[in-house]
Amino acid sequence: MKELALYFLDIVKNSTAAGARHVNLSLSECEDGTLTAVISDDGKGMSPDLLAAVSDPFTTTRTTRKVGMGIPLYRMAAEQTGGSLSLESTLGAGTTITAVFHRGHLDCPPLGDLPGAAALMVQGSPQVDFTLVHTTVKGSYTFQTEQIRDLLGPEVPLDTPEVFLWIREFLAEQEANI
Amino acid sequence: MKSLEELKAIREKMKQQMDIRDQSGDNIRVVVGMATCGIAAGAKPVLTAFLDEIQRRGLRNVTVAQTGCIGVCRLEPIVEVYIPGEEKVTYVKMKPDMVPVVVNEHLVNRRVVTEYTIGAAE
Repeated sequence: MKELALYFLDIVKNSTAAGARHVNLSLSECEDGTLTAVISDDGKGMSPDLLAAVSDPFTTTRTTRKVGMGIPLYRMAAEQTGGSLSLESTLGAGTTITAVFHRGHLDCPPLGDLPGAAALMVQGSPQVDFTLVHTTVKGSYTFQTEQIRDLLGPEVPLDTPEVFLWIREFLAEQEANI
Repeated sequence: MKSLEELKAIREKMKQQMDIRDQSGDNIRVVVGMATCGIAAGAKPVLTAFLDEIQRRGLRNVTVAQTGCIGVCRLEPIVEVYIPGEEKVTYVKMKPDMVPVVVNEHLVNRRVVTEYTIGAAE
């Protein structure tokens, strides 16, 4: 994939597919040129056997076919930059997946359209509470769907096109400040 | 600056239009494949274009949803359109510039854009 934001969009789908009520995406960019992305959820988690096998493309929980490329591609993207990927999971409690990218490496994709990708994470699973934290050397911001859910009320689900556009523009403004 | 006040305005607008949606009874569903294969093939800008175009035209009877792998990865990005009482239509190899055509022709005018469908691709 051409942007890191697209990988995050893909990997977050694992969390929502695992029945998570809360999903956190935390991005930290450091002065040493690394970007650490932590995606954590309170979904159903994985058994030790599944956890050990998920980086293999021939492991998948879906039934339509026998390959699953999400985590293998994500691991490859991180490791290609000299970074790493680690997974922690507890059955019944949730999963945390941490990827480290070296931004200066030739093979590191650009961050890309984070506001657009994050707004689509919300649009794709309107019932899930998302938290996005992005920290750079210049500053930091936090966005939580819980903040806007109350204001919108029960009549306006978070997958409404107007809400998607608002979130995307709101995040673009936050990005411009850090 | 985007303000939280704007969200309240969206809420008020939606409340007023809610009745129209309930009464019209023909809720159209647009489903975009957003699994790894879809995203890698460019489904994100396609999905975004649907949301943009539907908002621009103020189409209240259309719901846009994301799904996983539809099963024909080589034809991604794939978009399925469900209109009550009609056969499902599957559009393949979608690009953002094809989206306004599908919205205007299919969702509004109810004419399937045959040249974009899986039947035309296969």
